Amino acid sequence: MKNQVTFPNRFLPYLLVLPQILITFVFFLWPSWQALEQSFFIEDAFGFKRQFVFLDNYLELFADESYRKSFYTTFVFCSLVVFFTMAIGLLFAVAANRVIRSALMYRSTMILPYAVAPALAGVLWYFLMNPSVGIVAYWLSLFSIDWNHYVNGGQAMILVVVASIWRQISYTFLFFLAGLQSIPRSLIEAAAIDGSGPFKRFWTITFPLLSPTTFFLLVMNLVYATFDTFGVIHATTDGGPAQETSILVFKVYNTGFIGQDYGSSASQSVILMTIVILLTFFQFRYLERKVVY
Amino acid sequence: MVERRPWLNFITHLVLILGVALTLFPVWMTFVASTHPGEVLAIKPLPIWFGDRFLENYSFLITEGLPGAGGVPVGKMMMNSLIMAVGITIGKITVSLLAAYAVVYFRFPMRMLFFWLIFITLMLPVEVRILPTFDVIAKLDLLNSYTGLCLPLIASATATFLFRQFFMTIPEELIEAAKIDRAGPIRFFFEILIPMSRTNIAALFIVLFIYGWNQYLWPLLVTTEEDYYTIVMGVHRMLNTGESLPVWDRIMGTATLALLPPVLIILLMQKLFVKGLIESEK
Repeated sequence: MKNQVTFPNRFLPYLLVLPQILITFVFFLWPSWQALEQSFFIEDAFGFKRQFVFLDNYLELFADESYRKSFYTTFVFCSLVVFFTMAIGLLFAVAANRVIRSALMYRSTMILPYAVAPALAGVLWYFLMNPSVGIVAYWLSLFSIDWNHYVNGGQAMILVVVASIWRQISYTFLFFLAGLQSIPRSLIEAAAIDGSGPFKRFWTITFPLLSPTTFFLLVMNLVYATFDTFGVIHATTDGGPAQETSILVFKVYNTGFIGQDYGSSASQSVILMTIVILLTFFQFRYLERKVVY
Repeated sequence: MVERRPWLNFITHLVLILGVALTLFPVWMTFVASTHPGEVLAIKPLPIWFGDRFLENYSFLITEGLPGAGGVPVGKMMMNSLIMAVGITIGKITVSLLAAYAVVYFRFPMRMLFFWLIFITLMLPVEVRILPTFDVIAKLDLLNSYTGLCLPLIASATATFLFRQFFMTIPEELIEAAKIDRAGPIRFFFEILIPMSRTNIAALFIVLFIYGWNQYLWPLLVTTEEDYYTIVMGVHRMLNTGESLPVWDRIMGTATLALLPPVLIILLMQKLFVKGLIESEK
Protein backbone atom coordinates (compact mmCIF):
# COMPACT_ATOMS: atom_id res chain seq x y z
CA MET A 1 0.00 0.00 0.00
CA LYS A 2 1.20 3.46 -0.83
CA ASN A 3 2.03 5.79 1.96
CA GLN A 4 -1.09 7.86 2.06
CA VAL A 5 -0.67 11.54 2.83
CA THR A 6 -2.90 12.26 5.79
CA PHE A 7 -4.33 15.08 7.82
CA PRO A 8 -3.03 15.47 11.33
CA ASN A 9 -6.05 15.69 13.55
CA ARG A 10 -6.77 14.32 16.97
CA PHE A 11 -10.46 13.86 17.15
CA LEU A 12 -12.02 14.63 13.80
CA PRO A 13 -11.51 11.03 12.57
CA TYR A 14 -13.36 9.66 15.59
CA LEU A 15 -16.22 11.99 14.86
CA LEU A 16 -16.28 10.77 11.27
CA VAL A 17 -16.44 7.07 12.07
CA LEU A 18 -18.82 7.60 14.97
CA PRO A 19 -22.14 7.26 13.07
CA GLN A 20 -21.06 4.06 11.33
CA ILE A 21 -19.68 2.52 14.51
CA LEU A 22 -22.69 3.54 16.54
CA ILE A 23 -25.11 1.88 14.10
CA THR A 24 -22.90 -1.16 13.82
CA PHE A 25 -22.78 -1.48 17.55
CA VAL A 26 -26.46 -0.92 18.28
CA PHE A 27 -27.94 -2.90 15.40
CA PHE A 28 -25.29 -5.49 14.61
CA LEU A 29 -22.95 -6.32 17.45
CA TRP A 30 -25.32 -5.89 20.35
CA PRO A 31 -28.14 -8.00 18.82
CA SER A 32 -25.69 -10.67 17.74
CA TRP A 33 -24.29 -10.82 21.22
CA GLN A 34 -27.81 -11.04 22.57
CA ALA A 35 -28.54 -13.94 20.26
CA LEU A 36 -25.42 -15.71 21.41
CA GLU A 37 -26.27 -15.11 25.05
CA GLN A 38 -29.92 -16.02 24.68
CA SER A 39 -29.03 -19.27 23.00
CA PHE A 40 -27.73 -20.52 26.35
CA PHE A 41 -30.97 -19.76 28.22
CA ILE A 42 -34.55 -20.88 28.33
CA GLU A 43 -37.00 -18.04 28.68
CA ASP A 44 -40.73 -18.10 29.29
CA ALA A 45 -42.98 -16.39 26.76
CA PHE A 46 -43.36 -13.24 28.87
CA GLY A 47 -39.68 -12.79 29.51
CA PHE A 48 -39.99 -12.87 33.32
CA LYS A 49 -37.83 -15.82 34.09
CA ARG A 50 -34.89 -17.35 32.41
CA GLN A 51 -32.70 -20.20 33.22
CA PHE A 52 -29.18 -20.99 32.16
CA VAL A 53 -29.17 -24.25 30.26
CA PHE A 54 -25.77 -24.10 28.53
CA LEU A 55 -25.86 -26.14 25.33
CA ASP A 56 -29.31 -27.62 25.86
CA ASN A 57 -30.93 -25.43 23.22
CA TYR A 58 -28.43 -26.65 20.66
CA LEU A 59 -28.72 -30.27 21.66
CA GLU A 60 -32.47 -30.01 21.56
CA LEU A 61 -32.29 -28.45 18.11
CA PHE A 62 -30.21 -31.22 16.66
CA ALA A 63 -32.35 -33.82 18.35
CA ASP A 64 -35.38 -32.23 16.73
CA GLU A 65 -36.19 -34.03 13.55
CA SER A 66 -37.88 -31.06 11.91
CA TYR A 67 -34.70 -29.02 12.34
CA ARG A 68 -32.51 -31.73 10.85
CA LYS A 69 -34.97 -31.96 8.02
CA SER A 70 -34.73 -28.21 7.54
CA PHE A 71 -30.97 -28.63 7.03
CA TYR A 72 -31.67 -31.19 4.36
CA THR A 73 -34.34 -28.96 2.76
CA THR A 74 -31.91 -26.05 2.74
CA PHE A 75 -29.27 -28.24 1.13
CA VAL A 76 -31.61 -29.41 -1.63
CA PHE A 77 -33.00 -25.94 -2.18
CA CYS A 78 -29.59 -24.23 -2.29
CA SER A 79 -28.04 -26.84 -4.57
CA LEU A 80 -30.87 -26.54 -7.07
CA VAL A 81 -30.95 -22.74 -7.00
CA VAL A 82 -27.19 -22.29 -7.19
CA PHE A 83 -26.63 -24.90 -9.89
CA PHE A 84 -29.38 -23.79 -12.25
CA THR A 85 -28.74 -20.09 -11.68
CA MET A 86 -25.08 -20.51 -12.55
CA ALA A 87 -25.66 -22.80 -15.52
CA ILE A 88 -28.41 -20.73 -17.12
CA GLY A 89 -26.68 -17.45 -16.31
CA LEU A 90 -23.49 -18.67 -17.94
CA LEU A 91 -25.34 -19.98 -20.99
CA PHE A 92 -27.06 -16.63 -21.55
CA ALA A 93 -23.85 -14.70 -20.95
CA VAL A 94 -21.90 -16.81 -23.44
CA ALA A 95 -24.68 -16.36 -25.99
CA ALA A 96 -24.88 -12.61 -25.42
CA ASN A 97 -21.12 -12.37 -25.70
CA ARG A 98 -21.23 -14.01 -29.14
CA VAL A 99 -23.62 -11.51 -30.67
CA ILE A 100 -21.64 -8.35 -30.48
CA ARG A 101 -24.06 -5.98 -32.09
CA SER A 102 -27.18 -6.66 -30.06
CA ALA A 103 -25.50 -7.69 -26.80
CA LEU A 104 -26.50 -4.46 -25.09
CA MET A 105 -30.14 -4.92 -26.00
CA TYR A 106 -30.20 -8.42 -24.59
CA ARG A 107 -28.39 -7.27 -21.50
CA SER A 108 -30.93 -4.52 -20.85
CA THR A 109 -33.75 -7.03 -20.87
CA MET A 110 -32.11 -9.82 -18.99
CA ILE A 111 -30.99 -7.76 -16.01
CA LEU A 112 -34.55 -6.60 -15.32
CA PRO A 113 -35.47 -9.31 -12.76
CA TYR A 114 -32.75 -7.91 -10.52
CA ALA A 115 -35.11 -4.99 -9.92
CA VAL A 116 -37.81 -7.34 -8.68
CA ALA A 117 -37.70 -8.04 -4.94
CA PRO A 118 -37.36 -11.76 -4.15
CA ALA A 119 -40.73 -11.65 -2.41
CA LEU A 120 -42.33 -10.17 -5.51
CA ALA A 121 -40.64 -12.68 -7.77
CA GLY A 122 -42.27 -15.27 -5.54
CA VAL A 123 -45.68 -13.63 -5.89
CA LEU A 124 -45.32 -13.44 -9.69
CA TRP A 125 -44.60 -17.15 -10.05
CA TYR A 126 -47.14 -18.01 -7.40
CA PHE A 127 -49.69 -16.33 -9.64
CA LEU A 128 -48.47 -18.09 -12.80
CA MET A 129 -48.48 -21.48 -11.16
CA ASN A 130 -51.58 -21.05 -9.04
CA PRO A 131 -53.72 -24.17 -9.43
CA SER A 132 -56.96 -22.24 -9.91
CA VAL A 133 -55.93 -19.25 -12.05
CA GLY A 134 -52.29 -19.70 -13.11
CA ILE A 135 -51.48 -20.05 -16.76
CA VAL A 136 -48.51 -22.33 -16.22
CA ALA A 137 -50.66 -24.63 -14.10
CA TYR A 138 -53.17 -24.59 -16.95
CA TRP A 139 -50.51 -25.51 -19.52
CA LEU A 140 -49.31 -28.30 -17.29
CA SER A 141 -52.85 -29.61 -17.02
CA LEU A 142 -52.89 -29.92 -20.83
CA PHE A 143 -50.09 -32.44 -20.40
CA SER A 144 -52.22 -34.01 -17.71
CA ILE A 145 -49.89 -32.93 -14.93
CA ASP A 146 -51.93 -32.16 -11.87
CA TRP A 147 -50.27 -29.09 -10.40
CA ASN A 148 -51.10 -28.16 -6.85
CA HIS A 149 -48.31 -26.78 -4.72
CA TYR A 150 -50.68 -26.34 -1.78
CA VAL A 151 -50.63 -30.05 -1.10
CA ASN A 152 -47.69 -31.40 -3.07
CA GLY A 153 -44.39 -30.71 -1.28
CA GLY A 154 -42.22 -31.45 -4.31
CA GLN A 155 -44.19 -29.05 -6.46
CA ALA A 156 -44.02 -26.37 -3.77
CA MET A 157 -40.25 -26.81 -3.80
CA ILE A 158 -40.17 -26.45 -7.57
CA LEU A 159 -42.21 -23.26 -7.30
CA VAL A 160 -39.85 -21.55 -4.85
CA VAL A 161 -36.79 -22.81 -6.71
CA VAL A 162 -38.04 -21.48 -10.05
CA ALA A 163 -38.94 -18.09 -8.59
CA SER A 164 -35.55 -17.81 -6.83
CA ILE A 165 -33.66 -18.78 -9.97
CA TRP A 166 -35.62 -16.41 -12.17
CA ARG A 167 -34.68 -13.48 -9.96
CA GLN A 168 -31.02 -14.40 -9.61
CA ILE A 169 -30.13 -15.29 -13.21
CA SER A 170 -30.00 -11.56 -13.98
CA TYR A 171 -27.24 -10.92 -11.48
CA THR A 172 -25.22 -13.98 -12.48
CA PHE A 173 -25.64 -13.16 -16.17
CA LEU A 174 -24.36 -9.63 -15.66
CA PHE A 175 -21.20 -10.71 -13.87
CA PHE A 176 -20.47 -13.56 -16.27
CA LEU A 177 -20.90 -11.21 -19.22
CA ALA A 178 -18.51 -8.70 -17.67
CA GLY A 179 -16.04 -11.54 -17.04
CA LEU A 180 -16.32 -12.82 -20.60
CA GLN A 181 -15.79 -9.39 -22.07
CA SER A 182 -12.57 -9.00 -20.17
CA ILE A 183 -11.01 -12.12 -21.71
CA PRO A 184 -8.54 -11.01 -24.39
CA ARG A 185 -9.89 -11.81 -27.84
CA SER A 186 -6.43 -12.59 -29.14
CA LEU A 187 -6.35 -15.77 -27.02
CA ILE A 188 -9.55 -17.06 -28.54
CA GLU A 189 -8.41 -16.14 -32.04
CA ALA A 190 -5.06 -17.83 -31.60
CA ALA A 191 -6.80 -21.03 -30.55
CA ALA A 192 -9.16 -20.78 -33.52
CA ILE A 193 -6.22 -20.46 -35.89
CA ASP A 194 -4.69 -23.55 -34.30
CA GLY A 195 -7.86 -25.32 -35.28
CA SER A 196 -9.83 -25.79 -32.09
CA GLY A 197 -13.57 -25.52 -32.40
CA PRO A 198 -15.87 -23.29 -30.38
CA PHE A 199 -16.71 -25.92 -27.76
CA LYS A 200 -13.15 -26.92 -27.15
CA ARG A 201 -12.16 -23.26 -26.96
CA PHE A 202 -14.83 -22.66 -24.38
CA TRP A 203 -13.79 -25.52 -22.10
CA THR A 204 -10.03 -25.12 -22.43
CA ILE A 205 -9.68 -21.34 -22.55
CA THR A 206 -12.77 -19.35 -21.69
CA PHE A 207 -14.06 -21.38 -18.78
CA PRO A 208 -10.73 -21.65 -16.91
CA LEU A 209 -10.09 -17.94 -17.40
CA LEU A 210 -13.51 -17.23 -16.02
CA SER A 211 -12.88 -19.16 -12.82
CA PRO A 212 -12.45 -16.13 -10.51
CA THR A 213 -15.86 -14.84 -11.63
CA THR A 214 -17.33 -18.31 -11.29
CA PHE A 215 -16.04 -18.68 -7.77
CA PHE A 216 -17.20 -15.25 -6.75
CA LEU A 217 -20.66 -15.95 -8.14
CA LEU A 218 -20.75 -19.32 -6.47
CA VAL A 219 -20.33 -17.70 -3.07
CA MET A 220 -22.71 -14.85 -3.82
CA ASN A 221 -25.40 -17.19 -5.09
CA LEU A 222 -24.94 -19.46 -2.12
CA VAL A 223 -25.49 -16.51 0.20
CA TYR A 224 -28.49 -15.47 -1.87
CA ALA A 225 -30.00 -18.95 -1.81
CA THR A 226 -29.43 -19.35 1.91
CA PHE A 227 -30.66 -15.96 3.13
CA ASP A 228 -32.24 -13.66 0.55
CA THR A 229 -34.78 -16.23 -0.54
CA PHE A 230 -36.65 -15.77 2.71
CA GLY A 231 -39.02 -13.43 0.88
CA VAL A 232 -39.73 -15.93 -1.88
CA ILE A 233 -40.71 -18.61 0.59
CA HIS A 234 -42.55 -16.44 3.07
CA ALA A 235 -44.65 -14.78 0.36
CA THR A 236 -45.62 -18.00 -1.39
CA THR A 237 -45.55 -21.36 0.37
CA ASP A 238 -45.01 -20.05 3.88
CA GLY A 239 -42.68 -22.96 4.51
CA GLY A 240 -45.31 -25.53 3.71
CA PRO A 241 -46.88 -27.82 2.89
CA ALA A 242 -45.83 -29.82 5.95
CA GLN A 243 -42.58 -27.79 6.24
CA GLU A 244 -41.41 -29.14 2.90
CA THR A 245 -40.01 -25.74 1.89
CA SER A 246 -39.01 -24.55 5.32
CA ILE A 247 -35.35 -23.62 4.88
CA LEU A 248 -33.17 -22.62 7.84
CA VAL A 249 -33.62 -18.87 7.57
CA PHE A 250 -37.37 -19.32 7.36
CA LYS A 251 -37.28 -21.53 10.42
CA VAL A 252 -35.46 -18.91 12.51
CA TYR A 253 -38.25 -16.49 11.75
CA ASN A 254 -40.97 -19.02 12.31
CA THR A 255 -39.61 -20.30 15.61
CA GLY A 256 -39.03 -16.80 16.94
CA PHE A 257 -42.01 -14.79 15.76
CA ILE A 258 -44.71 -17.36 15.23
CA GLY A 259 -43.67 -20.03 17.77
CA GLN A 260 -42.19 -17.48 20.21
CA ASP A 261 -39.50 -19.89 21.29
CA TYR A 262 -36.74 -17.33 21.77
CA GLY A 263 -34.02 -19.60 23.07
CA SER A 264 -34.36 -21.97 20.14
CA SER A 265 -34.63 -19.13 17.63
CA ALA A 266 -31.49 -17.56 19.09
CA SER A 267 -29.49 -20.75 18.80
CA GLN A 268 -30.68 -21.12 15.22
CA SER A 269 -29.49 -17.55 14.60
CA VAL A 270 -26.10 -18.42 16.00
CA ILE A 271 -25.84 -21.46 13.74
CA LEU A 272 -26.78 -19.35 10.73
CA MET A 273 -24.25 -16.69 11.67
CA THR A 274 -21.58 -19.34 11.83
CA ILE A 275 -22.53 -20.39 8.30
CA VAL A 276 -22.33 -16.80 7.00
CA ILE A 277 -19.02 -16.22 8.71
CA LEU A 278 -17.62 -19.38 7.14
CA LEU A 279 -18.89 -18.31 3.72
CA THR A 280 -17.43 -14.84 4.05
CA PHE A 281 -14.18 -16.30 5.23
CA PHE A 282 -14.07 -18.61 2.23
CA GLN A 283 -14.73 -15.76 -0.07
CA PHE A 284 -11.89 -13.67 1.25
CA ARG A 285 -9.47 -16.48 1.78
CA TYR A 286 -9.73 -18.04 -1.65
CA LEU A 287 -10.75 -15.15 -3.81
CA GLU A 288 -7.69 -13.16 -2.80
CA ARG A 289 -9.67 -10.03 -3.30
CA LYS A 290 -7.87 -6.78 -3.36
CA VAL A 291 -8.41 -5.93 0.24
CA VAL A 292 -5.14 -4.26 1.10
CA TYR A 293 -4.70 -2.81 4.52
CA MET B 1 -16.99 -13.36 -34.37
CA VAL B 2 -13.98 -15.56 -34.69
CA GLU B 3 -15.25 -17.70 -37.53
CA ARG B 4 -18.42 -18.32 -39.50
CA ARG B 5 -20.66 -20.91 -37.93
CA PRO B 6 -24.19 -20.34 -39.15
CA TRP B 7 -25.63 -23.12 -37.02
CA LEU B 8 -24.02 -21.88 -33.86
CA ASN B 9 -25.24 -18.37 -34.61
CA PHE B 10 -28.73 -19.71 -34.98
CA ILE B 11 -28.55 -21.53 -31.66
CA THR B 12 -27.08 -18.45 -30.00
CA HIS B 13 -30.00 -16.32 -31.09
CA LEU B 14 -32.44 -19.00 -30.11
CA VAL B 15 -30.96 -19.15 -26.61
CA LEU B 16 -31.10 -15.39 -26.27
CA ILE B 17 -34.68 -15.13 -27.47
CA LEU B 18 -35.64 -17.87 -25.03
CA GLY B 19 -33.83 -15.97 -22.30
CA VAL B 20 -35.67 -12.76 -23.05
CA ALA B 21 -38.98 -14.61 -23.16
CA LEU B 22 -38.30 -16.28 -19.83
CA THR B 23 -37.31 -12.95 -18.32
CA LEU B 24 -40.29 -10.99 -19.53
CA PHE B 25 -43.02 -13.62 -19.31
CA PRO B 26 -43.88 -13.29 -15.58
CA VAL B 27 -43.74 -9.51 -15.68
CA TRP B 28 -45.90 -9.44 -18.82
CA MET B 29 -48.53 -11.74 -17.35
CA THR B 30 -48.62 -9.72 -14.15
CA PHE B 31 -49.20 -6.50 -16.03
CA VAL B 32 -51.82 -8.07 -18.30
CA ALA B 33 -53.70 -9.55 -15.35
CA SER B 34 -53.88 -6.16 -13.69
CA THR B 35 -55.81 -4.67 -16.62
CA HIS B 36 -58.67 -7.16 -16.50
CA PRO B 37 -61.73 -7.29 -14.29
CA GLY B 38 -61.52 -9.97 -11.63
CA GLU B 39 -64.16 -12.22 -13.21
CA VAL B 40 -62.14 -12.65 -16.41
CA LEU B 41 -59.17 -13.98 -14.47
CA ALA B 42 -61.29 -16.70 -12.93
CA ILE B 43 -61.92 -18.27 -16.36
CA LYS B 44 -59.23 -20.56 -17.71
CA PRO B 45 -56.98 -19.99 -19.51
CA LEU B 46 -55.71 -16.63 -18.40
CA PRO B 47 -55.84 -13.91 -21.08
CA ILE B 48 -52.44 -13.05 -22.48
CA TRP B 49 -53.49 -9.71 -23.92
CA PHE B 50 -54.55 -6.54 -22.11
CA GLY B 51 -58.04 -5.93 -20.85
CA ASP B 52 -59.85 -2.62 -20.68
CA ARG B 53 -59.73 -1.96 -16.96
CA PHE B 54 -56.32 -0.34 -16.82
CA LEU B 55 -57.42 3.11 -15.66
CA GLU B 56 -60.19 1.92 -13.37
CA ASN B 57 -58.10 -0.73 -11.63
CA TYR B 58 -55.12 1.49 -11.08
CA SER B 59 -56.91 4.62 -10.00
CA PHE B 60 -58.90 2.56 -7.51
CA LEU B 61 -55.75 0.90 -6.21
CA ILE B 62 -53.72 4.04 -5.82
CA THR B 63 -56.42 5.97 -3.99
CA GLU B 64 -58.28 3.27 -2.08
CA GLY B 65 -56.25 0.08 -1.94
CA LEU B 66 -57.78 -3.25 -1.12
CA PRO B 67 -60.48 -3.16 1.58
CA GLY B 68 -59.87 -6.78 2.61
CA ALA B 69 -56.22 -6.11 3.39
CA GLY B 70 -56.53 -3.15 5.71
CA GLY B 71 -57.54 -0.82 2.91
CA VAL B 72 -54.28 1.08 2.72
CA PRO B 73 -54.18 3.03 -0.53
CA VAL B 74 -51.34 1.70 -2.67
CA GLY B 75 -50.28 5.28 -3.28
CA LYS B 76 -49.60 5.58 0.44
CA MET B 77 -47.61 2.34 0.47
CA MET B 78 -45.52 3.54 -2.46
CA MET B 79 -44.84 6.75 -0.58
CA ASN B 80 -43.68 4.72 2.43
CA SER B 81 -41.43 2.60 0.22
CA LEU B 82 -40.01 5.72 -1.34
CA ILE B 83 -39.28 7.26 2.05
CA MET B 84 -37.66 4.06 3.25
CA ALA B 85 -35.61 3.57 0.10
CA VAL B 86 -34.37 7.16 -0.01
CA GLY B 87 -33.75 7.16 3.74
CA ILE B 88 -31.65 4.02 3.57
CA THR B 89 -29.78 5.21 0.49
CA ILE B 90 -28.89 8.66 1.77
CA GLY B 91 -28.09 7.31 5.21
CA LYS B 92 -25.82 4.59 3.87
CA ILE B 93 -23.98 6.89 1.51
CA THR B 94 -23.43 9.59 4.14
CA VAL B 95 -22.30 7.23 6.86
CA SER B 96 -20.01 5.31 4.49
CA LEU B 97 -18.46 8.41 2.95
CA LEU B 98 -17.57 9.75 6.38
CA ALA B 99 -16.18 6.46 7.65
CA ALA B 100 -14.16 5.80 4.49
CA TYR B 101 -12.78 9.34 4.64
CA ALA B 102 -11.64 8.81 8.21
CA VAL B 103 -10.04 5.45 7.48
CA VAL B 104 -8.14 6.62 4.40
CA TYR B 105 -7.09 10.16 5.24
CA PHE B 106 -6.32 9.99 8.93
CA ARG B 107 -4.05 7.92 11.09
CA PHE B 108 -5.40 7.44 14.56
CA PRO B 109 -5.20 4.90 17.34
CA MET B 110 -7.69 2.04 16.94
CA ARG B 111 -8.14 2.76 13.25
CA MET B 112 -7.82 -0.92 12.37
CA LEU B 113 -10.24 -1.89 15.12
CA PHE B 114 -12.87 0.37 13.60
CA PHE B 115 -12.12 -1.01 10.19
CA TRP B 116 -12.76 -4.55 11.37
CA LEU B 117 -15.90 -3.54 13.22
CA ILE B 118 -17.27 -2.23 9.94
CA PHE B 119 -16.09 -5.31 8.13
CA ILE B 120 -18.03 -7.57 10.49
CA THR B 121 -21.34 -6.09 9.37
CA LEU B 122 -20.77 -7.88 6.06
CA MET B 123 -21.27 -11.13 7.87
CA LEU B 124 -24.51 -10.45 9.66
CA PRO B 125 -27.48 -10.01 7.33
CA VAL B 126 -30.75 -9.01 8.99
CA GLU B 127 -32.22 -12.44 8.35
CA VAL B 128 -29.89 -14.19 10.79
CA ARG B 129 -30.34 -11.81 13.69
CA ILE B 130 -33.96 -10.79 13.28
CA LEU B 131 -35.24 -11.44 16.74
CA PRO B 132 -32.58 -9.59 18.75
CA THR B 133 -32.54 -6.67 16.29
CA PHE B 134 -36.28 -6.47 16.59
CA ASP B 135 -35.86 -6.38 20.37
CA VAL B 136 -33.46 -3.46 20.12
CA ILE B 137 -35.88 -1.51 17.93
CA ALA B 138 -38.74 -2.29 20.30
CA LYS B 139 -36.71 -1.13 23.30
CA LEU B 140 -35.79 2.09 21.51
CA ASP B 141 -39.50 2.58 20.84
CA LEU B 142 -38.94 2.78 17.10
CA LEU B 143 -41.59 0.29 15.95
CA ASN B 144 -43.92 1.82 13.40
CA SER B 145 -41.68 4.72 12.52
CA TYR B 146 -39.64 5.66 9.49
CA THR B 147 -36.54 5.81 11.66
CA GLY B 148 -37.08 2.22 12.71
CA LEU B 149 -37.55 1.19 9.10
CA CYS B 150 -34.34 2.83 7.87
CA LEU B 151 -31.81 3.04 10.67
CA PRO B 152 -30.84 -0.64 11.18
CA LEU B 153 -30.25 -1.07 7.46
CA ILE B 154 -27.97 1.92 7.15
CA ALA B 155 -24.67 0.42 8.28
CA SER B 156 -23.01 -1.07 5.25
CA ALA B 157 -19.57 -2.45 4.81
CA THR B 158 -19.82 -2.68 1.02
CA ALA B 159 -20.44 1.03 0.52
CA THR B 160 -17.64 1.90 2.92
CA PHE B 161 -15.27 -0.41 1.05
CA LEU B 162 -16.25 1.04 -2.30
CA PHE B 163 -15.48 4.59 -1.21
CA ARG B 164 -12.32 3.49 0.51
CA GLN B 165 -11.05 1.83 -2.66
CA PHE B 166 -11.95 4.88 -4.67
CA PHE B 167 -10.31 7.33 -2.28
CA MET B 168 -7.10 5.36 -2.45
CA THR B 169 -6.91 5.89 -6.20
CA ILE B 170 -7.07 9.66 -5.87
CA PRO B 171 -3.61 11.11 -6.56
CA GLU B 172 -1.63 12.23 -3.54
CA GLU B 173 -0.78 15.49 -5.26
CA LEU B 174 -4.31 16.68 -4.75
CA ILE B 175 -4.22 16.41 -1.02
CA GLU B 176 -0.72 17.88 -0.93
CA ALA B 177 -1.85 20.80 -3.05
CA ALA B 178 -4.83 21.25 -0.79
CA LYS B 179 -2.56 21.30 2.24
CA ILE B 180 -0.24 23.86 0.66
CA ASP B 181 -3.24 26.02 -0.08
CA ARG B 182 -4.17 25.66 3.57
CA ALA B 183 -7.41 23.84 3.02
CA GLY B 184 -8.40 21.96 6.16
CA PRO B 185 -9.75 18.41 6.18
CA ILE B 186 -13.35 19.55 6.08
CA ARG B 187 -12.83 21.85 3.15
CA PHE B 188 -10.88 19.14 1.31
CA PHE B 189 -13.74 16.74 1.88
CA PHE B 190 -16.47 19.00 0.57
CA GLU B 191 -14.63 20.79 -2.21
CA ILE B 192 -12.42 18.07 -3.64
CA LEU B 193 -13.41 14.62 -2.48
CA ILE B 194 -17.18 14.86 -2.86
CA PRO B 195 -17.11 16.41 -6.34
CA MET B 196 -14.61 13.77 -7.44
CA SER B 197 -16.79 10.93 -6.12
CA ARG B 198 -19.88 12.14 -7.95
CA THR B 199 -20.14 9.23 -10.39
CA ASN B 200 -19.50 6.68 -7.68
CA ILE B 201 -22.11 8.24 -5.45
CA ALA B 202 -24.65 8.24 -8.28
CA ALA B 203 -23.95 4.62 -9.19
CA LEU B 204 -24.20 3.53 -5.60
CA PHE B 205 -27.37 5.55 -5.16
CA ILE B 206 -29.11 3.47 -7.80
CA VAL B 207 -28.00 0.13 -6.40
CA LEU B 208 -28.90 1.10 -2.84
CA PHE B 209 -32.22 2.58 -3.84
CA ILE B 210 -33.21 -0.75 -5.37
CA TYR B 211 -31.94 -2.54 -2.27
CA GLY B 212 -33.99 -0.27 -0.02
CA TRP B 213 -37.14 -0.39 -2.12
CA ASN B 214 -37.05 -4.19 -2.19
CA GLN B 215 -36.71 -4.70 1.57
CA TYR B 216 -39.20 -7.26 2.76
CA LEU B 217 -38.50 -8.98 6.05
CA TRP B 218 -37.61 -5.88 8.02
CA PRO B 219 -40.72 -3.80 7.18
CA LEU B 220 -42.79 -6.93 7.78
CA LEU B 221 -41.56 -7.04 11.37
CA VAL B 222 -41.32 -3.37 12.24
CA THR B 223 -44.65 -2.18 10.87
CA THR B 224 -47.82 -3.33 12.55
CA GLU B 225 -49.79 -0.19 11.73
CA GLU B 226 -51.12 0.03 8.19
CA ASP B 227 -49.89 3.59 7.85
CA TYR B 228 -46.33 2.38 7.62
CA TYR B 229 -46.81 -0.57 5.25
CA THR B 230 -44.41 -0.60 2.36
CA ILE B 231 -45.55 -1.84 -1.01
CA VAL B 232 -43.44 -4.99 -1.33
CA MET B 233 -44.73 -6.37 1.95
CA GLY B 234 -48.17 -4.92 1.19
CA VAL B 235 -48.52 -7.29 -1.77
CA HIS B 236 -48.00 -10.19 0.58
CA ARG B 237 -50.56 -8.84 3.05
CA MET B 238 -53.06 -8.68 0.19
CA LEU B 239 -52.42 -12.29 -0.76
CA ASN B 240 -53.04 -13.51 2.76
CA THR B 241 -56.44 -12.12 3.58
CA GLY B 242 -57.47 -15.24 5.42
CA GLU B 243 -60.53 -17.07 4.20
CA SER B 244 -61.48 -14.99 1.19
CA LEU B 245 -60.01 -15.74 -2.24
CA PRO B 246 -57.21 -13.49 -3.44
CA VAL B 247 -58.39 -10.59 -5.61
CA TRP B 248 -55.92 -11.29 -8.39
CA ASP B 249 -56.48 -8.26 -10.59
CA ARG B 250 -55.86 -5.89 -7.69
CA ILE B 251 -52.95 -7.87 -6.30
CA MET B 252 -51.22 -8.05 -9.65
CA GLY B 253 -51.84 -4.34 -10.10
CA THR B 254 -50.11 -3.68 -6.80
CA ALA B 255 -47.29 -6.03 -7.79
CA THR B 256 -46.86 -4.09 -11.04
CA LEU B 257 -46.69 -0.81 -9.13
CA ALA B 258 -44.21 -2.37 -6.70
CA LEU B 259 -41.78 -3.41 -9.38
CA LEU B 260 -42.23 -0.42 -11.64
CA PRO B 261 -39.90 2.12 -9.96
CA PRO B 262 -36.83 -0.17 -9.71
CA VAL B 263 -37.41 -1.53 -13.23
CA LEU B 264 -37.62 1.98 -14.67
CA ILE B 265 -34.47 2.99 -12.82
CA ILE B 266 -32.53 0.02 -14.17
CA LEU B 267 -33.76 0.64 -17.70
CA LEU B 268 -33.13 4.36 -17.74
CA MET B 269 -29.85 4.45 -15.85
CA GLN B 270 -28.44 1.16 -16.92
CA LYS B 271 -24.86 2.26 -17.34
CA LEU B 272 -24.65 3.71 -13.86
CA PHE B 273 -26.48 0.74 -12.38
CA VAL B 274 -24.11 -1.81 -13.91
CA LYS B 275 -21.14 0.23 -12.75
CA GLY B 276 -22.53 0.50 -9.26
CA LEU B 277 -23.36 -3.17 -9.01
CA ILE B 278 -20.09 -4.47 -10.34
CA GLU B 279 -17.87 -2.05 -8.46
CA SER B 280 -19.54 -2.41 -5.12
CA GLU B 281 -18.90 -6.15 -5.22
CA LYS B 282 -15.19 -5.83 -5.90
